[in-house]
Amino acid sequence: MLSYLVQRLLSTILVMTLVGIFVFLLLHLSAGDPAAIIAGDYATPQQIVAIRARLGLDDPLLVQFGRWALRVIQGDLGVSIFSNTPVSALILQRLEPTLSLALLTMLFAVSIAVTFGVLAAWNAGRPIDRLLMAFSVLGFSMPTFVVGYGLIYVFAIELRWLPVQGYRSIADGIGPWLLHLVLPTVTLGLAYVALIARITRASMQEVLEEDYIRTANAKGVPAGAMLMRHALKNAGVPVITVIGIGVALLIGGVVITETVFNIPGIGRLVVDAISKRDYPIIQGVILVFSGVYVLINLAVDLSYSLIDPRIRH
Amino acid sequence: MTVMTVPTGAPSHPGQLARFGRFARRNPTMLLGAAILIFFLGVAIAAPLFAGDPMLKLPTRRLQPPSRELWFGTDQLGQDIFARTVYGARVSLVVGFSVAAISILVGMTIGLFAGYYRRFDGIVMRLMDGLMAIPAILLAIAMVALNQGSIAIVVAAISIPELPRVVRLVRSIVLSVKELPFVEAARACGARTPRILFRHIMPSTIAPLIVQASYICASAILVEASLSFLGAGVPPEIPSWGNLIASSRLYLARAPWTIFCPAVALALVVLAVNLFGDGLRDRLDPRLSRRL
Repeated sequence: MLSYLVQRLLSTILVMTLVGIFVFLLLHLSAGDPAAIIAGDYATPQQIVAIRARLGLDDPLLVQFGRWALRVIQGDLGVSIFSNTPVSALILQRLEPTLSLALLTMLFAVSIAVTFGVLAAWNAGRPIDRLLMAFSVLGFSMPTFVVGYGLIYVFAIELRWLPVQGYRSIADGIGPWLLHLVLPTVTLGLAYVALIARITRASMQEVLEEDYIRTANAKGVPAGAMLMRHALKNAGVPVITVIGIGVALLIGGVVITETVFNIPGIGRLVVDAISKRDYPIIQGVILVFSGVYVLINLAVDLSYSLIDPRIRH
Repeated sequence: MTVMTVPTGAPSHPGQLARFGRFARRNPTMLLGAAILIFFLGVAIAAPLFAGDPMLKLPTRRLQPPSRELWFGTDQLGQDIFARTVYGARVSLVVGFSVAAISILVGMTIGLFAGYYRRFDGIVMRLMDGLMAIPAILLAIAMVALNQGSIAIVVAAISIPELPRVVRLVRSIVLSVKELPFVEAARACGARTPRILFRHIMPSTIAPLIVQASYICASAILVEASLSFLGAGVPPEIPSWGNLIASSRLYLARAPWTIFCPAVALALVVLAVNLFGDGLRDRLDPRLSRRL
């Protein structure tokens, strides 16, 4: 187990190093002079020269990468060109809305999707299974912003049950915080629900064909207990895997959902940076989100042995 | 594997029709997907013949609701949304098909070599792991933001994050196929490596890759619309569905048709490609169809 842990940690570090190299090279491999890109469309030649000197862009690429990587490891993601504030501070400021949205969505999506998947597998081939699977194909095909505007139109503009847009800090009270996050959570969660429900159904269906399920059935274990204790537990590994892989989907969705609902989170930070071409922000957010993705998948890998004692590394 | 039926003598039309009927009954959703897709393809190709001018701005007809003359209404600049939605199909389909083609071709070539050459394998797969860890939309945003936005840049920016999945798929097939007797026989006969790779191993990857291509196409159409919506896609003056939705989003309450017409078109096309892909998967790759 220990050697597996060390090996897994090493490969995580390797992957993060590669991500770092990609993100670093993005700026240098793009058409044109990085200094000119950073300086923006209206910069004078003198300004561009000054930026070249300040960023050390005349040094060899390897030296530049080393210097940049050293700073990143210390948590210094550079300074925003537009607001002249450290990128790490900007990200921290906007952590709460994004974290709230992501965690609520996870909770919502996993609980709904696993229920759907179990129900569909238990009723495989019957109308309820077809209905749930049709919903899952549909959920996977609906673009996040289309779902978002649809929900806003129905529940906020026509019915006036929920706020149209915006975000309230949890410090202002749980009620308003939750109320503002209902529609974004459902919007962001839909594709995730579809993905997890499909995998849960497939995995459950395989397990339900096993002999021990028939045994449990024969000795009179109630259906609910059998599904949860005997089947779901053994069907868990693929489900956990897809929850980990789906984090990438979630991160992409956060950027769009925050734009649709005008939530001042990290996703909005990036979108605002696009039009201003504030490259250090884009770079910093990619690094942070990739790091989150890699760490969650590390946690997922390590959790396998907790769920399934047969997997010992 | 497909069985080629060679028509002997005169083709019997009732027989073919019956066969098609049986196929349609067994795969109703696949057929529905194909029908929607063909409809949108036809609309996209024939756009100049019937759609009108997507760029014409008439201030006198701003934010008009759908009517008999203007089927989808007009937007805040007085542009015909029907024309713009029809032309938007061109952007979406071009991006979807090009991304699928490029990522499959490049990914397959890398995957073939990675699976065949041990030394190459380690480096390539680590690179793919690193690429996979970067959220696709963010990578695309960065690439588009750094370069001047154009359809070519958008296609490249969407194709690159799709590569790792294709490479992994092809590599795993190569690993299982390259030890089989027929590959050994080809080697014993003195076939060179490129011939072994492309003539003997590649055919085994075709069926799963066709299925994969349909999913990549659906996801590329979604990502392109998302990028345009976020302002990091094709240039704003090109009528793509994402651009249409982004430019009218402040008018959701007053003129919902400005958003819902392109949105429904987008959802329909993605749904059609997904349905078609699910059908392909069930027919071409029975092993996968049981798992999902």
